This record gives sequence, structure tokens and C-alpha cells, in this order.
Amino acid sequence: MNETASLVFILVGISFDLFGCIGLIRLPDVYNRLQASTKCVTLGTCGILFGVFLRLGFSAGGVKALICIVFVLLTAPVAAHALAKGAHKYGVKLWERSVCDKYTEDKK
Amino acid sequence: MRSIRWLAGSITLVCALVFIFGVLKAEMATKLMLYLLICFFLSLYRILKGPTAADRSVATDILGILVIGFCAILAVYTGKGWYIDIAIAWALQSFIGTLALAKFLEGRHFDE
Repeated sequence: MNETASLVFILVGISFDLFGCIGLIRLPDVYNRLQASTKCVTLGTCGILFGVFLRLGFSAGGVKALICIVFVLLTAPVAAHALAKGAHKYGVKLWERSVCDKYTEDKK
Repeated sequence: MRSIRWLAGSITLVCALVFIFGVLKAEMATKLMLYLLICFFLSLYRILKGPTAADRSVATDILGILVIGFCAILAVYTGKGWYIDIAIAWALQSFIGTLALAKFLEGRHFDE
């Protein structure tokens, strides 16, 4: 039972990793790619780590997996936000069919 | 031309997935690692191809995140708990590296 549940969580996590990487290839723009690839973090890698926690239980490895989930959930959005701001200041143009750009409007 | 490339890429991806989960006779752990290896190659393609430096930074960030999942799967299927220590250390290093890249991008300009 526990092994089946952990395998399901790991498979869901790896599937989200694959979808995030397909988005990284397919989407037209830095900001769109960032939006697709941060799904890779919250659902993909945290799903894999939660499956590992279900498999190992409350042993040393399982608790370390839980700590790793908390750490990744705290740091990955910060890194993505810093990358988006850095890319905007670097001067990367938006895709030509993008609808709005509030950051440039606020700076004026 | 664009639609032909799209079709070829999606057919290759579906064939790889069917081969890994249907045809290949191997353990479950090997199948999961091969599945993650496809993700590694997709993000490596974006690092090679990416038009600007920001694309490469995003792909490097995602590569670090994928390594964390890979280490977690290794920890389960080899029975050695210290692989999760490697995952935590890699998460720390990847976060600091991404912040440094973002700060580096902020100081430069695209036209220079």
C-alpha cells in the first residue's frame, strides 16, 4: 500500500517535470518559459520528494526529504522572481503578442 | 517547416516514452531514471540553443531542480540515505547560483 502510494507520487512528479521541460522548449519568450518551468519545482520535485518520504517513513532519510521539500518551496519562487526581474532589467523584449507589461508602466 | 519540426519532436518524445514503459525489460528504478534523463536532455537543448543569456539562466536553474529529484530517486532505490544530503546541498548551491546569475543580469544591458 505504502509503496504503491509512493510510486504514484513519484510518477506524478516526474510527469510534471517532463511537462515543465516541454514548456521550456516550446514557449516563445523568457517570461513564458519561466512561468512553465516553475511548475517543475512546486509539483514536480516536491512530488518526488513526498513520494520518497512516504516510502522511507519517519526515518532519518524521510525527515530529511521533508526538510528538503520546505527548503525548495521557500527558495525556488525567490530565485524565479529574481531571474524575471533581472531579465527585465537586462532588456529582453517581451513576445510581440504579449498583452500587458505592468512593470514598464509603473516605472514611467 | 515549423509544424513539421513540431510533429517530429512530439513523435520522438512519444516513441521514447512508449519504449521506456512498454518495451524495455528493466527494473522500475531504471525506467524512472531514464524518464528523468529525457528531461535533462530537453533542458540541455535550451541551454545550448537559448537566444539570450536569461534563457540559459532559467534552463540552468531547472537543471539544478531536476538533479534534486534524481538524487531523491537514487536514495530510495539504492537504500543509501546520504543521497538526500546531496540533494539538500545541491538545492542550496543552485539557489545561490541562480541569485548570483540574476544579479549579474541586472547589471548588464542587452544592447552592449
